[in-house]
Amino acid sequence: MDQQILNAIFIGSIYALFAVGYTLVFGVLDILNLAHSAVFMLGAAVTYSLVVNHGQAFWLACIVGVVVSGVMGLVIEHVCLRPLRRRKAPPIAALISTIGLALIIVAAIEQGQTGSFFAWLWVDGPNSVAFPAGTFPNPTWHVGDLTLEAAKVAIIPISIVLMLVLGYVIRYTQVGRGLRAVAENPRAAQLMGLDVDRMISLTLVISSALGGLAGILFGAALGDINPYIGRDNVEVRGLAVIVLGGMGSVPGAVVGGYLLGFIEVGALVALGSSARGGVAFAALFLMLVLRPQGLFGAQLRERI
Amino acid sequence: MDFFVQLFTDPVAFWNSHTLLIAQIGINSIIASSMFIVLFSGQLSLAAPGFMAIGAYTAVLMDLYWHTPLALNIAAGVVLAGATGVLVGLPVLRLRGVFLAIATIGFIEALRLGVILNLPITGEGLGLKNVNPDPLGGIYLVLVSLAVVLFLVWRLTKGRLGAAWAAIRQDELAALSQGINVARYKMIAFVLSAVLAGFGGALESHLQTFIDPGDQQYGVTRAVQVLSFAVLGGSGQFLGPVVGALVVTSLPWIFLQAQNYINVVTGLFLIAVIVFRPQGIVGRGGLAIIRPWWWPHRNVRAPSPG
Repeated sequence: MDQQILNAIFIGSIYALFAVGYTLVFGVLDILNLAHSAVFMLGAAVTYSLVVNHGQAFWLACIVGVVVSGVMGLVIEHVCLRPLRRRKAPPIAALISTIGLALIIVAAIEQGQTGSFFAWLWVDGPNSVAFPAGTFPNPTWHVGDLTLEAAKVAIIPISIVLMLVLGYVIRYTQVGRGLRAVAENPRAAQLMGLDVDRMISLTLVISSALGGLAGILFGAALGDINPYIGRDNVEVRGLAVIVLGGMGSVPGAVVGGYLLGFIEVGALVALGSSARGGVAFAALFLMLVLRPQGLFGAQLRERI
Repeated sequence: MDFFVQLFTDPVAFWNSHTLLIAQIGINSIIASSMFIVLFSGQLSLAAPGFMAIGAYTAVLMDLYWHTPLALNIAAGVVLAGATGVLVGLPVLRLRGVFLAIATIGFIEALRLGVILNLPITGEGLGLKNVNPDPLGGIYLVLVSLAVVLFLVWRLTKGRLGAAWAAIRQDELAALSQGINVARYKMIAFVLSAVLAGFGGALESHLQTFIDPGDQQYGVTRAVQVLSFAVLGGSGQFLGPVVGALVVTSLPWIFLQAQNYINVVTGLFLIAVIVFRPQGIVGRGGLAIIRPWWWPHRNVRAPSPG
């Protein structure tokens, strides 16, 4: 039982870290960035590829993975979002353009085979791979009847510290004030002399870097990296998390992430593994029907 | 480019070699019409794959256990999908925009992962074998159905109902103040879309030898695909989603040489259309080049749900 609680906290940390970036973009731009799960996968894939195919050190690969994810955020902004903002397209349009980019990223990794065009990026095609043992120290401790794997346990403090830092930046710094101003009213923020486009780019970079890092941690701890980890594990669960916590609320995403972790592990224990996925979405559906603003969201503004 | 060469030089051979593709385009067009109705009434609902699953599983299970005729199977699927539409619509239609989209995603995934993959009668994760499939002959049924569906949708959007939907889409508050029963008309649109999706799903199951409960078929991936039909084609008029379905469904066949990179091509295409023509292919001014001078033209604005 204790082991299950630990699993819930561990998977909850990944969900939370992923969803924080998701919700940040929604909070600032009011759009869903559906390429976020592709960035999650890209971070893990780049890190793996650097370690295994290019022989780099793990810590260096992690840094590069996070940086590549952050740059991907800039790509999302410049290719998928900014041209649409210029044309005042409805938010639904951004849904489609980010999906388009996600398709491209996933297909590029999927087609990465030895000798192919994307071989420098990835050589394992659609196969599932894991970091070879010894890439990073991963001692396992036994405390009572608990099994503690260092790679899994480490995720918990890493995500909590990162989310605290993000919370501090948003709440207490000049940049955070700018972000909140843009989220509140982009036009007023622009009139007050804020560079709205730069703030939005920054949001996308932070969000995608966190998403990529979540992917790296997921890949390192679960030993499962393939082109579909984003789509299969976090794409729709991320939605569930930000809905549970309240769309656009960063603390809400953190709480929602852990909540979903506990809901899923609870369902796993009580109903068996096949019910795990369904329960998450049933929770999402019920939450939206009963309390659309989520646990932490303010009263919903009129959104037509 | 063999695709177009064959299409224009030898249409009969094209028909024979692409029957499955044409049938799939027909099915997807029906589903796209279902998406069109909800978008036309200003609701961003992604529930279509859920209703498709209900239609498909009902039709196939009826055939499997009771050996009932095809028309009855499809009718049962449609009725059940419509009834589920009422049940789902009652709670979720209070939501708007992207919240409605997420709630309907919750519905389709809860249905797929929670119910279909766990019930012994639906074959759980293994799917269901269709004992009486008709992959090639079914195309006539599909094309006739498509014509009927398109005619109905066209008449509906031109009539009183369509006017009410358009009013709700443009400004819900104003529509309410004009005495339009917003909740009722939204519900009508949602249930009608459920019925069409259930019909499309039942028809699709008739063409397939195997009902696969995968994400590509009844999950989020399918929902996103259906949304892309409507958004790419343009959701301002009923032909838009159909053109979107036509284009998106035939892309893999057009770029047969680039089969491996088809998702890269599709992704680039989605981004290009949405960036350069946010109103969709058939949107404002879209078909102006090929529209004959005597054709009545009107400025139709792309709706903006969400």
